[in-house]
Amino acid sequence: MSPRVTFPNKLLPYLLVAPQLAITLVFFYWPASQAIYQSTLREDPFGLDSAFVGIDNFRRVLADPNYVNSIQVTVIFSIATAVLAMAVAMFLAVMADKVVRGKGFYRTLMIWPYAVAPAIAGMLWLFMFNPSMGTFAYMLRSAGIYWDPLLNGPQAMFLVIVAAAWKQISYNFLFFVAGLQAIPKTLVEAAAIDGAGETKRFWTIIFPLLAPTTFFLLVINTTYAFFDTFGIIHAVTGGGPGKATETLVYKVYNDGFVNLILGESAAQSVILMVIVIALTAIQFRYVEKKVHYG
Amino acid sequence: MATVELKGVRKVYGGGVEAVKGVDISIADKSLCVLVGPSGCGKSTLLRMIAGLETITHGTASIDGRVVNEVGPAERDIAMVFQNYALYPHMKVYDNMAYGLRNRGMKKDEIDARVKRAAETLELSALLDRRPRELSGGQRQRVAMGRAIVRNPKVFLFDEPLSNLDAKLRGQMRVEIKNLQRALEVTSVYVTHDQLEAMTLADQLVVMNGGLVEQIGKPLDIYEKPASTFVASFIGAPPMNLLGTVTGGKGAPLTVADLSDLGLSVPPGTTTVGIRPEDIEQGDHAGEGLKTRLTVEAVEPVGAESFLHGTANTHRLVVRVPGRSIAEPGAVLPIFAPRAKLHFFDANGKRVEG
Repeated sequence: MSPRVTFPNKLLPYLLVAPQLAITLVFFYWPASQAIYQSTLREDPFGLDSAFVGIDNFRRVLADPNYVNSIQVTVIFSIATAVLAMAVAMFLAVMADKVVRGKGFYRTLMIWPYAVAPAIAGMLWLFMFNPSMGTFAYMLRSAGIYWDPLLNGPQAMFLVIVAAAWKQISYNFLFFVAGLQAIPKTLVEAAAIDGAGETKRFWTIIFPLLAPTTFFLLVINTTYAFFDTFGIIHAVTGGGPGKATETLVYKVYNDGFVNLILGESAAQSVILMVIVIALTAIQFRYVEKKVHYG
Repeated sequence: MATVELKGVRKVYGGGVEAVKGVDISIADKSLCVLVGPSGCGKSTLLRMIAGLETITHGTASIDGRVVNEVGPAERDIAMVFQNYALYPHMKVYDNMAYGLRNRGMKKDEIDARVKRAAETLELSALLDRRPRELSGGQRQRVAMGRAIVRNPKVFLFDEPLSNLDAKLRGQMRVEIKNLQRALEVTSVYVTHDQLEAMTLADQLVVMNGGLVEQIGKPLDIYEKPASTFVASFIGAPPMNLLGTVTGGKGAPLTVADLSDLGLSVPPGTTTVGIRPEDIEQGDHAGEGLKTRLTVEAVEPVGAESFLHGTANTHRLVVRVPGRSIAEPGAVLPIFAPRAKLHFFDANGKRVEG
């Protein structure tokens, strides 16, 4: 244990953390408390009149089949996005780790997509797979696949998952590369002498030792899929077709700001907040214990 | 069980750097060969080439008569102990030792028997359920050894296995490694930069410098007849005193630039005279030898012996004296080294007999 730093001045420590506190208060606690307050009110669309309804909004939301659908969509979307983004990134990182010449150049290229804004990433994929003018849509159709994400729900889902995952691959790649570099080379050599082939070495040595990185990315990617993919979904499908890609976050936006059902939208965001807090808590409580080695 | 043969082995890296410049070593069955040299001399590269972790640019390496240049590390039937032990941190001690056997598809009860036997030999039985991070340095070292011996390989390779241990443990493990190697009768190659380790462990000692072999032989033979000034100064602690700038012809009295009055004849071509610190006697002696006066500058008492550091004219000399030394810094002592104990080297640093 390092010795505790003590401040002789009672006020200074508070001043030092004040900016951080102020930001958290203004941008998280205040809106969050507003959301909780709003979730107990029923308001007319013009904001002229509101009434306290207790937990009535929550009851309505949870009884809504559209909301249950949205939960399903979110689960499928989040798992698929996180798994796809991490699997591809890990594969690329393992491959990039073997490159000897031009390593830096190669890595830099891999990191670029992260600098693309979500909405733009979404637009790129939208263009590429647009049924009427997209290059890939044309190729798919000539390969005999009836490609129409504007009408076909699963196809639309596939498109947003790929777009959202693609965006996150660079970020994951960066962490996996760093994680791989932290694995001592002699471990891999020892395993080679111990008769483990390349695939076996990956699954028995490298993959377990990457677990702390993988766990961290799992938390980050789940949170990303829950919240930060709004831009991609908004740009690519707008939640459609027929609510097939309407995730929880998108529904909050749609109900609150498009349909102006403010109370129910607030109730949804409170639920969402609870889900994410619970998810993160579970991940840290149960998974983290198993993945850290000395 | 196996011999190891290196013939004209060279290692040239991509940038044209030559780490090993043509090495021939033949290691007898059941013997322990120590490669010793300063860092960067190519000893580790050589070991890694025997292990199959580095490709061999030129020449051949054979294990048990089979050329293994194109054979993968797993198929060479070798086991290696790494400097940092390279234990798998996420596996228990048992699994660390069983890993290599499982990969070779050995039956479960056979694995169990072998791991338990190895654990017993190395006094690891109580630690089989621990993870490497819960072990001390010495215990980790044992696990690394255990991982090597369960496999029952043809050749053991040791890459500076003791350099991460403290001095006391190092001495202890050194003896254990020697005993274990004797008991198992497995041909071993051991890399170290520590000349004490090299001297005490080796059946066959290979002194390397700058990617080349300087001398191969039994440790004491090398100690008594170093083939070059490099070997002379590398083997032995404190190192041999080397008095340079010697000129003189056959039978002619030795004339050193500033070391006169020696009354000594040297073989032709000699430019350097070497004397081991323990071969220098105090006092005035009769007979042929190197006679001079040492001005003591520092005294290092080590307990059983003392080292006197000083100068004779401008030459720095170290003298080993048994027990305590009564000499104080500043004292001037007459010293003498008999001719039979002197080593002569030519301008290229090679040994000259005579």
